[in-house]
Amino acid sequence: MLKKRIIPIQLLLDTRLVKTVTFGSYRDVGDPVQSSKVYNAQDADELVFLNINRGDRTLAPLVTLLEKVSEVCFMPLSMGGGVRSLADAELLIKHGADKVVVNSACYRDDRLVTQIADKFGSQAVIVSIDARGTADGGWQLFSDCGRQPETRSLEEHLRAVVQRGAGEIFINSIDRDGTMSGYDIPLIQETMRHAGIPVIACGGAGDYTHMKDAFLTTGVSALACGSLFNFGDNQPIRAKAFLSNYDIPFKVI
Amino acid sequence: MIGILDLDMGNLRSLSKAVYSFGYDFVMVRSAKDLDDATHLMVPGVGAYRTAVSHVDGQGLRAGIRAFAASGRPIAGICLGMQILSATGEEGGESEGLGLVPGRVVRMTPEGGLHLPHVGWNTTRFKRKDHPVFHKVKDGRDFYYVHSYHLRCDNPDDVLAETDYGANVAAIVGHGNVIGFQFHPEKSQANGLRLIENFCGWNGQC
Repeated sequence: MLKKRIIPIQLLLDTRLVKTVTFGSYRDVGDPVQSSKVYNAQDADELVFLNINRGDRTLAPLVTLLEKVSEVCFMPLSMGGGVRSLADAELLIKHGADKVVVNSACYRDDRLVTQIADKFGSQAVIVSIDARGTADGGWQLFSDCGRQPETRSLEEHLRAVVQRGAGEIFINSIDRDGTMSGYDIPLIQETMRHAGIPVIACGGAGDYTHMKDAFLTTGVSALACGSLFNFGDNQPIRAKAFLSNYDIPFKVI
Repeated sequence: MIGILDLDMGNLRSLSKAVYSFGYDFVMVRSAKDLDDATHLMVPGVGAYRTAVSHVDGQGLRAGIRAFAASGRPIAGICLGMQILSATGEEGGESEGLGLVPGRVVRMTPEGGLHLPHVGWNTTRFKRKDHPVFHKVKDGRDFYYVHSYHLRCDNPDDVLAETDYGANVAAIVGHGNVIGFQFHPEKSQANGLRLIENFCGWNGQC
């Protein structure tokens, strides 16, 4: 049986890890290499790194980090933040990334997802989508680290990127980011309804019951957690121990 | 010296770091003469079957790899690298593989509305438990998979382990001194690393 995944998400600002609240108010939460070593020891299922530096969209910080992390982590590594071309994806994959995360470029360049999928396979492309709830109960998509509103609807965008060859969808709730108030379950459900490929949900995990609610209500493939593991004494082993009480399956190693 | 085939596709860093951490030196194999120094050959790979075999041919490696296998030295394929050990594949257009494990690579057709690619940690059951490469790895553990195609072996005895994703999927295949992992041992933490270490110390007999 395929297992559910718990994915610590690590946001990078220059060489440091930070945690945001609703995509703002950065708080330093440590060194990315050290924290990756710890997550490796805690049997995290994968790691996702996103460069969220709005001033520096170059890939150099991710490449430097990858070289160090791939020596200490033998699990899938996904990297994103500033990936705009096939050459960018190649650079990250050559330096140790297994998957690249693309977001803003998907709105500007209709070919990018297909180019990466053709060269490295669909499984190497995660399309990340940042969404904020609207007054009428729908969602507004944003690019450029949550600054640029997009006109395409969630459904249209999902259909487009899946058709172009995305392997997974990473859906991020801007409203819930860093609030630790629970996942945006309707957003996850709406995403899964249109995606037809594995979905990773992010934004809002504050305790293990939030993870239980999201897994049991939506059946989502994977949950990403930032604040939950950054602050307090929470970690993937404990999360899985708790969630196993609800018959949610995790890997046996 | 462990040879790691470099087809200019994908991430070779994790695998080479793993091999090195067990105390083995490695050589990146980019042409047939690089095979001379290798005692073992690992064939990693991501991407499409046809692209991978065209890289093998483009680098003039097909005959060299077949001769390497015929010499009895161990070969391990990983993910797409395991798939191209087969006779034929359909991904990206019909193409001929290395022909070291009789069988054909076809797109998966999982039942029960399961999505492709098959991505994540999945239970892996040994059909054959006494293979030297499985030493100290328990049956029924999870390994990390990412793929949409799978290898259908002509000879059922060549399937050494299976996983279930809406159908039985060959997880580990073996044919004499050749072994192939559909999952990524270099991404599967402790148990995956143990398989790599066992392979590096394997004499090719089983």
